[in-house]
Amino acid sequence: MTQRTNRRQFNQALAAAGALGALSPFGIARAQSKALKVGLLLPRSGVQAGIGQDCHRVVEITNGLLRDLGLPALDIMNGDTESNVDVARSRAECLIGEGAQLLVGAFDSGQTTAIAQVAEQRGVPLVINIAAAPPITEQGYKFVFRNFPTAPMILGDAFANQLELFAATGVSPKSVVFMHVNDTFGAAMQKGFTGVMKKFTMPYTVADTIAYDPAARDLSVEVAKAKATGAEALVMVSRLNDAILITRELVKQRWSPKAVLSMGPGWYEDQYLKTLGKLGDGPISFVPWYDPNKKLTKQLEAAHRKAYPEISLNTNHVYTFEALLIAADAFKRAGSADPKALADAIRTTNITNNVSPGPGIQFNAKGQNDKLKDSAIQNRGGKLVTVAPKDAANARAQLPMTPYDQR
Amino acid sequence: MPVEIYLNVAASGLLTGLVYGLMALGLSVIFGVVRVVNFAHGEMMTLAMYLTLVLFSALKLDPLILMVPVAAVLFVLGYLLQRGLINPFINRPEHSQFMLLVAVALVLVNVQLIVFGPDAQGIRTSYSFDSFQLGALIVDASKVYAAGAALVVAGALFAFFRWTLLGKSIRACADNYHGALVVGLDVKRLYALTFGIGSACVGAAGAMLMAVTDVTPTIGPSYTLLAFVIVITGGLGSMPGALLGGLLIGLTEALGGVLFTPSAKSMFAFGLLVLVLLFRPQGILGRKAA
Repeated sequence: MTQRTNRRQFNQALAAAGALGALSPFGIARAQSKALKVGLLLPRSGVQAGIGQDCHRVVEITNGLLRDLGLPALDIMNGDTESNVDVARSRAECLIGEGAQLLVGAFDSGQTTAIAQVAEQRGVPLVINIAAAPPITEQGYKFVFRNFPTAPMILGDAFANQLELFAATGVSPKSVVFMHVNDTFGAAMQKGFTGVMKKFTMPYTVADTIAYDPAARDLSVEVAKAKATGAEALVMVSRLNDAILITRELVKQRWSPKAVLSMGPGWYEDQYLKTLGKLGDGPISFVPWYDPNKKLTKQLEAAHRKAYPEISLNTNHVYTFEALLIAADAFKRAGSADPKALADAIRTTNITNNVSPGPGIQFNAKGQNDKLKDSAIQNRGGKLVTVAPKDAANARAQLPMTPYDQR
Repeated sequence: MPVEIYLNVAASGLLTGLVYGLMALGLSVIFGVVRVVNFAHGEMMTLAMYLTLVLFSALKLDPLILMVPVAAVLFVLGYLLQRGLINPFINRPEHSQFMLLVAVALVLVNVQLIVFGPDAQGIRTSYSFDSFQLGALIVDASKVYAAGAALVVAGALFAFFRWTLLGKSIRACADNYHGALVVGLDVKRLYALTFGIGSACVGAAGAMLMAVTDVTPTIGPSYTLLAFVIVITGGLGSMPGALLGGLLIGLTEALGGVLFTPSAKSMFAFGLLVLVLLFRPQGILGRKAA
């Protein structure tokens, strides 16, 4: 049976719709959204675009994993910092203005510092995924939390893991050459290396420190100079392209050090392994990584492999995922999206079913997870295995490296 | 530090310098004849490098063989660029020419970024990781082959300009523009051919460099700068000067790096440039302006 709508019924329906529309901005007639609105700030364009996009990959699989953990789904609001500090600040303001109830980001220390200032002023919690500059959590902020090691923690763990590896393999170099890229990151790491090394009883001396141009097209001179010192191992702070150039030069100049110990990116990245094949095997990188033995790591790895079969799980994915995990966990416990309640809930976080090495995710009074541990990972057969710390390892280290001419 | 280190580094610097010299030769040829400074020179070389990369992926041929088709493509590109875009600017003020070629360079960089992405890409030949050992001297095989090819191409170019009718006509244009017009030479066509030949040099150098190093779209400007340093040191417009400049810059960078600090390698190249500008402004083999 069909019923025709007369003019009076039509006008009544129109008036009801108008009233609903007028009231909706005040949230009176709209059902409250169940998902927490998370403003995810990453450098998805500009010089750090590749890394920002890599961090973002994990977002696609996070809600599925959160659901499996019995945690609420997140409503992700994306913000591109354009690899720029000022843009990062304004995007954070915009996202809060658009309703973000919690912020996550932003890979780079400079950009994260700017976002942290906005978060603190506006009273919206910020969970940092990746940023190592110590001052961010030394400002007395109440709304800023970091689940990523600071630069001194990274360096300290690198030396501790080296000592563990040398003891486990019975192989320790007597002298090393420290080579570093001569940019802000490399120079800071060089200062940190010198300062932190004094706190450890390392078996080696530093025969020479060689800084090189980040835009170098040819690193034959640098490698020749390092080889001439007669050092037994290389300690590296580099980027991807120079890591590839240096490896090529090591092969061409017929120098196989006992070990290549990297304290920066490059040597464990997919492109390094793909470009160099078997010549890429052997280097050990000391990095914030994941514990391959943890249950959640296996779940994350499986979901990641399914979504991105060509890309290995890495630091960017793990720490962005954990930042979102912290947000969902806090939202569930707070039972509210009120920023203050969320911040209080994050402060009392105690997640033991996590991915990163260490006892789990807890924050100290400064908002720093100071229980995080870094790992030592080695390139083996074109894949990465974790060789230290012992509790988070899935393989034994191979030292000395197989000489390049015997591969 | 053992003496062989200096020998190894010097040999490496000289070999790299020869390839750089060939790249700069293109710039010198173009300026020597057309009197236009090609500010898109490095970007054209990265284009040649990407072309080599694409052809290598498709055909699996050695970059030293691919040098021929890449140089041919760059020749056509240079010819068309001069005929279609640069020719109307020949008699315009130098800043107009500068802006035009900088714009071409920016377009090239951004197109390469869109097409190939920002990551470094390289090729792996059967000799990519080989080296030759002669006593204490260890020399990179890729650099030896690339330098050898650079010498052959430079030799062919010298022969072309010295003994062919077309080469002599181009030299006549360079020596006396009005004289060339009076004797009936088609100067516009010769200019375009010269730009094509200079671009072909860059194409050949780009193919050779792919055997030695990786390519990213953003390295173009640094190669443009390097080419300028080399031709100014050797003598702008002088072909032997470009090769000599390449050798000197390669050697200076290498020895400066090993004697002092590698991160300041470029500083020594620029230091040499300053000395040349102070004591021989026309360049080592350049001719004084009349």
